Amino acid sequence: MIKLLEVKDLVQSFNLTSDFLDKLKLKNGRVTIESRVVNAVNGISFYINRGEVFSLVGESGCGKSTTARTIIKILEPKGGKILYKDRDITRLGPKEMLPLRKEIQMIFQDPYASLNPRQKVKDIIMEPMLFHRVAANKDEAYNKSIEILKKVGLRPEQANRYPHQFSGGQRQRIGIARALAVEPELIIADEPVSALDVSIQAQILNLLMDLKDEYGFSYLFIAHDLSVVRHISDRLGVMYLGCIVEKGSKEQIFSNPLHPYTRILLSSVPTIDEESITDSLELKGEIPSPIDLPSGCYFHKRCPFAKEICKKVVPQLKEIEDGHEAACHILLGEEGDRDNEKKGYTR
Amino acid sequence: MGNKLLEVKELRTYFHTFKGVVKAVDGISFSLEEGEILGIVGESGSGKSVTSFSILKLIEEPGVVEAEEILFKGEDLFRKSEKDMMKVRGREISMIFQDPMTSLNPLYTIQQQIEEMLKLHGNFNEGQRKERCIELLRLVGIPNPEDRLKSYPHQFSGGMRQRVIIAIALAANPKLIIADEPTTALDVTIQAQILKLMKELVYNEGASLILITHDLAVVSQMADRIAVMYCGKIVEEGSTDDIIKNTAHPYTKGLLNSIPRLNKNLNRLEQIPGMVPNMFDLPRGCKFAPRCKYSKEKCLVEEPKNIIVGRGHRTACHFPLKEGYILD
Repeated sequence: MIKLLEVKDLVQSFNLTSDFLDKLKLKNGRVTIESRVVNAVNGISFYINRGEVFSLVGESGCGKSTTARTIIKILEPKGGKILYKDRDITRLGPKEMLPLRKEIQMIFQDPYASLNPRQKVKDIIMEPMLFHRVAANKDEAYNKSIEILKKVGLRPEQANRYPHQFSGGQRQRIGIARALAVEPELIIADEPVSALDVSIQAQILNLLMDLKDEYGFSYLFIAHDLSVVRHISDRLGVMYLGCIVEKGSKEQIFSNPLHPYTRILLSSVPTIDEESITDSLELKGEIPSPIDLPSGCYFHKRCPFAKEICKKVVPQLKEIEDGHEAACHILLGEEGDRDNEKKGYTR
Repeated sequence: MGNKLLEVKELRTYFHTFKGVVKAVDGISFSLEEGEILGIVGESGSGKSVTSFSILKLIEEPGVVEAEEILFKGEDLFRKSEKDMMKVRGREISMIFQDPMTSLNPLYTIQQQIEEMLKLHGNFNEGQRKERCIELLRLVGIPNPEDRLKSYPHQFSGGMRQRVIIAIALAANPKLIIADEPTTALDVTIQAQILKLMKELVYNEGASLILITHDLAVVSQMADRIAVMYCGKIVEEGSTDDIIKNTAHPYTKGLLNSIPRLNKNLNRLEQIPGMVPNMFDLPRGCKFAPRCKYSKEKCLVEEPKNIIVGRGHRTACHFPLKEGYILD
């Protein structure tokens, strides 16, 4: 397997107090200087093989989208490395990034906001082609765009329409067509189906899978819906507060989740089959603020299994089985369960 | 159990616009027993929210509500005056809306917003009201309710705001709560918390619940009975078990199969082809016929009648996936 993209210890943060005046705060009648930083991504590492679907899952605010945006350098990374085809692209400037933008394309979450309402569909698809010189002239670009529209399940005569004349599902198809237009190798799909109805969601997921088989794309798939992720991914990483707490193959994570957070996340998903949500493991409280991160394990305040050590020491990712890593002091595999039973923790 | 709390007969809500008439809800009937949870499922535009607004007569121009009857505790809501409806809304039937970010007033404290409900629908003095506020907030699981009373909505997270909204909805001890996509805007772990809470509260307070959602999985976990809506009509209604396991309508079947499962490996999802038809230009005959893989000649011309396919299980389909008989 060849690694197409590799991310090492990626860090992203936003300074809320970049201006000196923002730093001044009145506390107990005194003016103090305080800087506040949102730690959105706190050193995450993963890789995507060629032809593979890697997913990042997590709840809102866990830094999945920020990671995606940092990888294509819409945001400058604050630390760590991004390797694309073994080439370090972390410090490339906008000009040097241009040829890479053709190879890495993005599909956005909101099909209503991500298309220019004043451009016809054909122009939306032709523009990137002409810009990246995938097509030599307008005629060629037009012919190609018609082909692509057919691929994504739209009719050629719809090429002359504007985005508002389409439904949500169709607009998402246009977004996908635009990404396909420049023949990319890696597609970053940021919640591509979360704004769609279930029946339409199934259509789009099938389309994404078909295109992958046909063109051999790799996907970085970002979603909060675990059942969607399970359906589409080969490997995945579970994110919590800007960290990957567990990563591994789909089978490993869904059949043997190790991290308590993954377990709780899995049991919170409502299913149509037997298991009742009222018996699910409940997660107490809410995600802490990324402005002041908790000490030790970021999850310890909400973790039903937390011990003393979790409050102090940050757990590192450990490989438990081949390619299956988790960052937890009390690993909850089958052995972990036995341990916990002995100590009186029950699930 | 056993007593009918709400009975809706032939409810129609039409919107008369310049472009034509939109039949958002087109002749639906359903009922709800005391203590029961009814789930209404459907995709966007199927008329599920309009149904709930119509029951409370909250439809504005150009919408027009018509119904044979909307019986609530034996009284016909449809024939009540606006003044009488004011006494029903909030006190007897309360609503929980989808978006916890916008359904609270950002300019008032939590206490003021809960108290408003108590002032309108109860005889409490100031001290009692405050006590009741604290009690309600504790009921919905907000930590340190005494300290949070003076907080404003922006100081709460999405899940917490939804809890406050539930507290407001419960304030006057309503008999019926209508929850319109109460957890759609929330994360799964928070969704699980809120759903659990709602189920407990409904049982403990002896209220009934109409849960409106697009998520079949959520509804199957919560509801006693489910009604599936498509293009303003109920295409199938029955007990949760019957809907999930003895599915009779091809649309319900399609919806069930298009959901990716957590515990099954599927190579491809079964998809319903096409999309929801334009509401200005609905197909003649069965509204689902153009997308249905079982559709025949008859489906395109003739609108299907309700067919009884089991005890308390009906479907509107000419060729249901389960044997049944037509009830005249």
